[in-house]
Amino acid sequence: MAAIEVVIFGAAAVGALAGGLGVVLARAPIRAALALLLVLGSLAVLYLLLAAQFIAVLQVIIYAGAIVVLLLFVVMLLHARTGEARPTKLPRQRPVGFLLAAVFLAAVVTALRDAAPPPLPAVGQGFGTAESVAGVLFTRYVLPFELASMVLVVGIVAAVVIGRGARP
Amino acid sequence: MIPIPYYLALSAVLFTMGVVGVLTRRNALVVFMSIELMLNSVNLTFVAFARQLGSLEGQVTVFFVMVIAAVEVVVGLSIIIAIFRIRDTVDVDDVDLLRG
Amino acid sequence: MLLILIMAFPLAGWLLNGIFAGRLRRPAVSLIGAGSVGLSFAAALIAVQRPEVASGWRVPLWEWISAGDFSVRLGLLLDPLSTVMVLVVSGVGFFIHVYSIGYMGDDPAYSRYFSYLNLFLASMLLLVLGDSLLTLFVGWELVGLCSYLLIGFWFDRERAASSGRKAFVVNRIGDAAFLLGMILLALTVDTLDLTRVAESASMVAPTTAAVITLLLFAGATGKSAQLPLYTWLPDAMEGPTPVSALIHAATMVTAGVYMIGRVYPLFLRAEVTLPVVAVVGAVTALFAATIALVQWDLKRVLAFSTISQLGYMFLGMGILAPEAGMFHLTTQAFFKALLFLAAGSVMHAMGGIIDMRRLGGLSGPLRWTMWGFLIGALAMAGVPPFAGFFSKDLILEAAFERTQGSPLILVWLAGVVTAFVTSVYIARAAIMTFAPPAAHHAHPHEAPSVMGWPMATLAVLSTAGGFFGAQVAGRPLLQSLERFFAIEVHEQGAPTWLIILAPAVGLVGVVLGYFAYRGRREVRLGAVGTFFERHWLLDPLYDRAIVQPAKWLGLTLATGVELGAIDRVVNGVGAVVARTGGALRRLQTGYVRNYAAGILAGTVLLLGYWLLR
Repeated sequence: MAAIEVVIFGAAAVGALAGGLGVVLARAPIRAALALLLVLGSLAVLYLLLAAQFIAVLQVIIYAGAIVVLLLFVVMLLHARTGEARPTKLPRQRPVGFLLAAVFLAAVVTALRDAAPPPLPAVGQGFGTAESVAGVLFTRYVLPFELASMVLVVGIVAAVVIGRGARP
Repeated sequence: MIPIPYYLALSAVLFTMGVVGVLTRRNALVVFMSIELMLNSVNLTFVAFARQLGSLEGQVTVFFVMVIAAVEVVVGLSIIIAIFRIRDTVDVDDVDLLRG
Repeated sequence: MLLILIMAFPLAGWLLNGIFAGRLRRPAVSLIGAGSVGLSFAAALIAVQRPEVASGWRVPLWEWISAGDFSVRLGLLLDPLSTVMVLVVSGVGFFIHVYSIGYMGDDPAYSRYFSYLNLFLASMLLLVLGDSLLTLFVGWELVGLCSYLLIGFWFDRERAASSGRKAFVVNRIGDAAFLLGMILLALTVDTLDLTRVAESASMVAPTTAAVITLLLFAGATGKSAQLPLYTWLPDAMEGPTPVSALIHAATMVTAGVYMIGRVYPLFLRAEVTLPVVAVVGAVTALFAATIALVQWDLKRVLAFSTISQLGYMFLGMGILAPEAGMFHLTTQAFFKALLFLAAGSVMHAMGGIIDMRRLGGLSGPLRWTMWGFLIGALAMAGVPPFAGFFSKDLILEAAFERTQGSPLILVWLAGVVTAFVTSVYIARAAIMTFAPPAAHHAHPHEAPSVMGWPMATLAVLSTAGGFFGAQVAGRPLLQSLERFFAIEVHEQGAPTWLIILAPAVGLVGVVLGYFAYRGRREVRLGAVGTFFERHWLLDPLYDRAIVQPAKWLGLTLATGVELGAIDRVVNGVGAVVARTGGALRRLQTGYVRNYAAGILAGTVLLLGYWLLR
């Protein structure tokens, strides 16, 4: 375990956690969006550590580059206020939500604790590169790939239709 | 090499944060971002396992998750805009017409 | 084959007259109706002479029920006991059919009458010839049906229709008991075949036998109009008089007596039942006789008289003298049918009037009928040498001998008193109907010969019929029956005074009646008379003991049980469902966040389950 790896992991992890907190806790949605950006970036770094270069790049391009931008556009369009101004109609939601989430986390961590992973196998140089991923993608998973493109088309059409608003 | 369980633990915490965000925040956009957070934590899990098992299928899954997440964000945001046009609100609690 | 023919003839008569009712002319209907019974009687006469009859001649027909170990085969059985019944039923039946040709001659529903009457005769023959208790029961039910059809023959009369219903319903009560007894019997000895029942009777526990026989006897009280199920018989007089003669005097009502004779080994096995039978018979006999004394309707007098005489028969069966009971059944068939036919002749002549207060002075114009009535009356009173003397005397003798030294001696006493009352009331009836002075201004004419000859034949039988059981003629009937029943009783010779007691009592009664009612005077019996008229206050008793509780039970069940409990439960289920729905409805808050929390909760539970496994 190289020391530099630990440092990078630590920094990325801290960044992810901080970003996560920011998303959930930020008052203004714009701040939440920027916190999300931080999370996405940190995750990209983590992907690199996990020998998933292609995925890391995709993360930056699609998530950070497209989705967050889209979110920012919408935030701008809606002048979105916090929405916390009016008194909440569901007073018990917050504590119950925290409780449930805590229980959930406890359950997951308990499940993880007993995990004794075998040693990591060595992977070749080409693991996680665009060629290798594409190699699997276009051979074994070509059908889902085509379906995914169809889903994209459907999404675009849906967005146009819904976003068009009422006909005059 | 960082042992994989650390990645998994990080992923679990991020996921839980996302859950809290969905349950707690009332602004629809923030809820959306929390959902993205959850999706990303799952992506991290997949990539970690891909590394652990030495198989690329985890990464292919992440690919597809990303595609679908993108579509979902597009459609969802257009719905939010549509609702905003009519109701002039992005508070999820205001959309309670299905109340029985 | 012959046995089947005995039943087949009247059955064919029923079908022909029933189906072709409108198409046939009167003479054809009469020929088919009466002729079929005549053929049946002829077949019977031939059949009973076969030597196989003495030990029971069986003709199996077909397998009716076959359920595992239990099977019922439909078949016919002719033995000394059923011989008596077959001859009485077909013979007396034939005479009455001939009589009906004259009596019902003007009725528009002539063919319907004969088809029903034929059906009745076929059913009665089935009852009598059946070789298993179930076959007997089928016949039993069928004659009940025919009784209903014939009592309510003039169904446009309200009283006739409701009397038919009453007869059917009261009979049904008895039939329910009969059925229960049969089921218990089938469960105990695995068969309802009469011969096998007789054989296995000794293997039945006395208590079980007692229950079975009491239930069967209850059925008999319904069919034979004994206490407490006698109420239908007086009302049954709404039907045509020949019907009353045939069904409610000679044949159907005697089915109960016959049934007891058929399963006599069971009754012997159950030591408790026979005394009950004797007591019920004796009490009913006295009860009905007293009521007959205060009736104004001639047919009702005869109806109660029938109930009373049936009581004698049950008394005979109960004191271990079944052959005497059957003998009285035979003689009663003769003289009671004769009395009814004579009454019918009076009604026919007087345009339907049967209230004795409006009769009288008929001795001149209705001489033939009157003699018939008188012979029947004397026979019933037990005056020798008429038939009734022999049979009634035999019963009273046996009663005295067999109940010596036990409280059952009272049934003998009741029998003697009843004999006295019987003679009185029948003398009263005869005088009120025939003697001068007349209470009317009609000019009646005597019955046509088609009605007269059957009466004459029955009169001869009422006179000479006693010799079937007389010592002088070798007691042929009694001999064969005694051999059949084979009861071990020690015979002491009857003391002389006992033998002359019955006829003496009868004569005294007749004389007393003559002097009391001479000149058609009505004797006021005061409070006692009212007591008799009110059926010994049985009606109020029934009302208080049965009708009111039944009504109360019905009301309670309807309101308390039905509305209070059952409705509440059913509605309660509905209310619970509605309320649950209302409660569950609150899950639908409409808030996305609540739904998300729900999903998370479910996920946590699943996780927990997997972790803990």
